[in-house]
Amino acid sequence: MRHIKRYKFFIITIIVMIILNLNSGNLGVKAIQNVGFSMKEMILIIPPVFVLLGLLDVWVPREIMMKYMGEGSGIKGVILAFILGSAAAGPLYGAFPIAAIFMKKGVKLSNIFIFIGAWSTTKIPMFLFEMTSLGMKFATTRLLVNVIGIMLIAYILDLVTSEEEAIELYRKAESN
Amino acid sequence: MNNLLLYGITIILLFLSFIKDKKKTKKALKKSWKAFENILPQFLGIIMLVGILLAIMNPEIILSLIGEKSGWYGIIISATVGAITLIPGFVAFPTAAMLLEKGAGYMQIGAFVSALMMVGIVTMPVEIKFFGRKLTILRNALAFVFSFLVAFVIGKVVGGI
Repeated sequence: MRHIKRYKFFIITIIVMIILNLNSGNLGVKAIQNVGFSMKEMILIIPPVFVLLGLLDVWVPREIMMKYMGEGSGIKGVILAFILGSAAAGPLYGAFPIAAIFMKKGVKLSNIFIFIGAWSTTKIPMFLFEMTSLGMKFATTRLLVNVIGIMLIAYILDLVTSEEEAIELYRKAESN
Repeated sequence: MNNLLLYGITIILLFLSFIKDKKKTKKALKKSWKAFENILPQFLGIIMLVGILLAIMNPEIILSLIGEKSGWYGIIISATVGAITLIPGFVAFPTAAMLLEKGAGYMQIGAFVSALMMVGIVTMPVEIKFFGRKLTILRNALAFVFSFLVAFVIGKVVGGI
């Protein structure tokens, strides 16, 4: 029963998929092809990301993460968050479990949001790909504006989070 | 190539970890599995949803909405499409290039690419699980608004408008 509840969303999408395939063959086939494509990406990316996540959790002590990316880590923490996010691979939802480990290790909230922003927007391989598709001018302009945006959004989010909310957030990450 | 590197690094680190401490490595893998299993239902649901959305929205529909003359109306639509969908970059960029070639505006494509990357409506259930409702909604809303600024700057710099 617990599993049915957890997979409710997935089950609904399966039902929609079946209806789509019964009613309009072409769209249904295309939808299945799309799912196959994403599944392949997920199967490829997820194992190493989660293994790295486990290793990070076990081997890197909280003190070290706190020193480099925690409160008072300053510009060093910001740069590190950008580098870690930009070096990542895989879709954005892969970043959230890693963000939870970061919380567990005492990384500052604004740096976590910078990491999430960088993961979504400044990934190096994606940037190279963007450059070849849309041109150097487009890609670099977008990157520069987005870098400013990532920092801005991270600070705003940090600002609106009260201390109690932050504590609750970090406590939840701890229990996961 | 990128995947190969990721796997290479992971295997090397896993191997080093195993040599140094078998017990700790086992614990790490257990944690990996737990984190994965925790998020699996959402992953599966999102992949299905995106597949269905992408099948329904084809380039012709998108193009009719975001042509060069579509102005801010077209920009809002592009940003919205980008915000809702979750298209992998190696599909999105060639699609964007094709749309540009067929007459989409630079501002519209800029808004689309920026929203696509920064905003994730379909991944919000996962995000809420980790960050809570308030921060998730706020982050996505701010990123969405920011896409308009990106559109504006791209329009100025690349489109020369």
